[in-house]
Amino acid sequence: MKIDHSLPLEYSTEENRLKIFGFWIFLGAEIMLFATLFTSYFVYEHRTGNGPSGAEIFEITPVLMETILLLASSFTIGLGIHAMRLGKQKAMMTFFSVTLVLGLGFLGFEIFEFVTYIHEGAGLSTSGFTSMLLTTLGTHGLHVTFGFFWGLSIILQVKKRGLTPETANKSFIFSLYWHFLDVVWIFIFSFIYLKGMM
Amino acid sequence: MDFFDRFAVPHPSFLIYASMVAIGLTVIAVLVGITYFKKWDYLWREWLTTVDHKRIGIMYLISALLMLFRGGVDAIMLRAQLAIPDNKLLESQHYNEVFSTHGVVMILFMAMPFIMFFFNFVVPLQIGARDVAFPRLNAISFWLFFMGAMLFNISFVIGGSPDAGWTSYFPLAGNDFSTSVGSNYYMIAIQIAGIGTLMTGINFITTIFKMRAPGMKLMQMPMFTWSALISNLIIVFAFPVLTVLLAMGTMDRLFDTKFFAIGDGGSDMLWANLFWVWGHPEVYILILPAFGLFSEIISTFARRNLYGYKSMVASMVVISAFSFFVWAHHFFTMGQGALANSFFSITTMAIAVPTGVKIFNWLFTLWKGKIEFTTPMLYAMHFLPLFTLGGVTGVMLAMSAADYQYHNTMFLVAHFHNVIIPGVVYAMLGGLTYYWPKMFGFMLNERIGKWTVWLMSIGFVLAFIPMYITGLDGQARRMYTYSEATGFGPLNMVAFIGAGIMAISFALLVYNIYYSVRYSPRNIGNDPWNARTLEWATHTPVPEYNFAVMPQVKSTEAFWDAKKNGHEIFKGKIEKIHMPNSSGLPFIMSCIFFVFGFSMIFSIWPLAIISLLGILGCLVYRSFEKDHGHYIPVEEIEETETKLRGAK
Repeated sequence: MKIDHSLPLEYSTEENRLKIFGFWIFLGAEIMLFATLFTSYFVYEHRTGNGPSGAEIFEITPVLMETILLLASSFTIGLGIHAMRLGKQKAMMTFFSVTLVLGLGFLGFEIFEFVTYIHEGAGLSTSGFTSMLLTTLGTHGLHVTFGFFWGLSIILQVKKRGLTPETANKSFIFSLYWHFLDVVWIFIFSFIYLKGMM
Repeated sequence: MDFFDRFAVPHPSFLIYASMVAIGLTVIAVLVGITYFKKWDYLWREWLTTVDHKRIGIMYLISALLMLFRGGVDAIMLRAQLAIPDNKLLESQHYNEVFSTHGVVMILFMAMPFIMFFFNFVVPLQIGARDVAFPRLNAISFWLFFMGAMLFNISFVIGGSPDAGWTSYFPLAGNDFSTSVGSNYYMIAIQIAGIGTLMTGINFITTIFKMRAPGMKLMQMPMFTWSALISNLIIVFAFPVLTVLLAMGTMDRLFDTKFFAIGDGGSDMLWANLFWVWGHPEVYILILPAFGLFSEIISTFARRNLYGYKSMVASMVVISAFSFFVWAHHFFTMGQGALANSFFSITTMAIAVPTGVKIFNWLFTLWKGKIEFTTPMLYAMHFLPLFTLGGVTGVMLAMSAADYQYHNTMFLVAHFHNVIIPGVVYAMLGGLTYYWPKMFGFMLNERIGKWTVWLMSIGFVLAFIPMYITGLDGQARRMYTYSEATGFGPLNMVAFIGAGIMAISFALLVYNIYYSVRYSPRNIGNDPWNARTLEWATHTPVPEYNFAVMPQVKSTEAFWDAKKNGHEIFKGKIEKIHMPNSSGLPFIMSCIFFVFGFSMIFSIWPLAIISLLGILGCLVYRSFEKDHGHYIPVEEIEETETKLRGAK
């Protein structure tokens, strides 16, 4: 394995560079996935059948909490990668842990939000609108859940093996993923919640 | 016993019971055979766990040929049922199941793996790489495709086949009208195979962008590699749409969501829209690599550079972009209004322009060439006129006003078979003949090969040209029978005879493989066709590491220039080569995917949860696993090289 020391650790081997490039392509596919979900959401936005509309069930408080938690987690993972570039393993692990805790907080609020919707009669099978709403939010939520376990296994590996080209590469790719989820959330916040409440 | 009732076939017939017995006996025979010849170890070590792109390619090829057989049997059944008026061979339900599985199997489980075979086998060799960018991911892609295909194929003996057409439109595919688990099979088996395809897309884009031989610029890549790149870009942008669509369909059927329901705010038209937002690019995913293969074959056997290299690339890029803006031409009659129809009419017709550019480029490549009519070239020569005919009827269908006459008739069926068979299937079979010596070290028999081509074309013309006529006369597609008074009888009989001739042609292909294995001369050298690109510059059979020394490329046709103009492509000395390790994980994980899919289809939730945990467990295992690959030492490479050189 040839290591190029002029590059950051996560880019230092050929394999690492390939993985980062490949992951960007994967994110391209993810953009298409969420674009399809959003397009479909706009189709169903007013197809509420006998169920409630967005304006009737959306509440700003949990949504704002979720937004703050997720945006903060995107910031902390950025700090984590910065620490990684400086070679500060401990700081990096701390920031990654904070990121995951914030992610967990986000999930907590989202689950609370879902339970409220179902209590208010906006379940998965109520109408085209609620099916689509819960599916779009749920797909994002599943991504965060998956990301939580992924991040956890990366922290464990960094702890066990230290900052190697391999673990740095994994951490960097994970940070790309996490930022991406944040971007998706900004769209959800603007085009589902704000648009729905207006 | 209630639990087991769900596995029963809802509309059993003698044919299905016979198939059950045949499948059971075949499986037992294969298992016994492997055990008797003590091949389990070999199978596991060399094939099931391999990450070598060439072997994965060959496994794709075997799957594609098997599926071609299965889809072909379906086709024969369909044509036999329609051969005479008021036929009683198949009942309507059975007919619905057969045309649904024929479509899905041929597009997704025959044509797709066939192009995957060419991606896998050819692309790394053409760009002078040692493997794809992510060899293990490549194995996962293959095994997910394979398990998806197998899951789909067991449907007709366990629980019932999908019966809502290969497009599976809602509300027909919903629980109200499709009561068997057949449509669950459709949703979940294709989902599993689709994930594999998406990963292939990511893998090959990375490979082509990042792993080309030193000196090979993008505009110096062989045309097949270009077509593979464009095709994989379409895969990455189109397949996520399918993922979402199938997930929505699955949830409608299993969890009672209201996406495509008739009331409660559902929108069944969204299925049709999203299906074709994926489905139309999908046909370009298939046809572009076919164009790439024809470009290679035509320039090899015309002994000329490909005419208009740049316009070939540009036309593919334009086609790939347009492919995302034509989807509504599949349902002009569903009432989206004149403006939308006009827009999609124009975009659809516009695609004929870049396609026409390609046709003329091939013709100009032939112009003043020293044409040699080998079997692959014969496929290409039959492709040009037949495909052009299909393209022209495509432009007819693109006119939205006129489409009201053609829509959902046999005219449409004739059109798309007219582009898929001479386009995709001829390219696949021609390409197979072309690359066969590189894979196995001997040629397929030319005489039998040419018979195959001629029979295929005669059969094709007899089978599909009559459908244009009956379609214009009003014979609807997917109609399981018709009365004698319609007058469709004689032409349908001709079509049946044509289908029979095509079946004979396929049998001849199989016989050719058998015959050539036995009698074809070995020692054909590395370059039996006198070809032009890098894959012919390495040894036959191709060693594990592809190239002992990385090739240096200066032109579009590196190997041809090496032969004719004395460019040296293999400079430098042999160094140790880093190779990825084999792994059983892709196979095991895909098997668990199979179980997961099966338990979802039959709503066996505990098993679904357990298998889902198993899949996640495999991912965690992979994350923690330390796998740095291995090195092939210089001595071993030199030994292999000497041996292969001696074998020439």
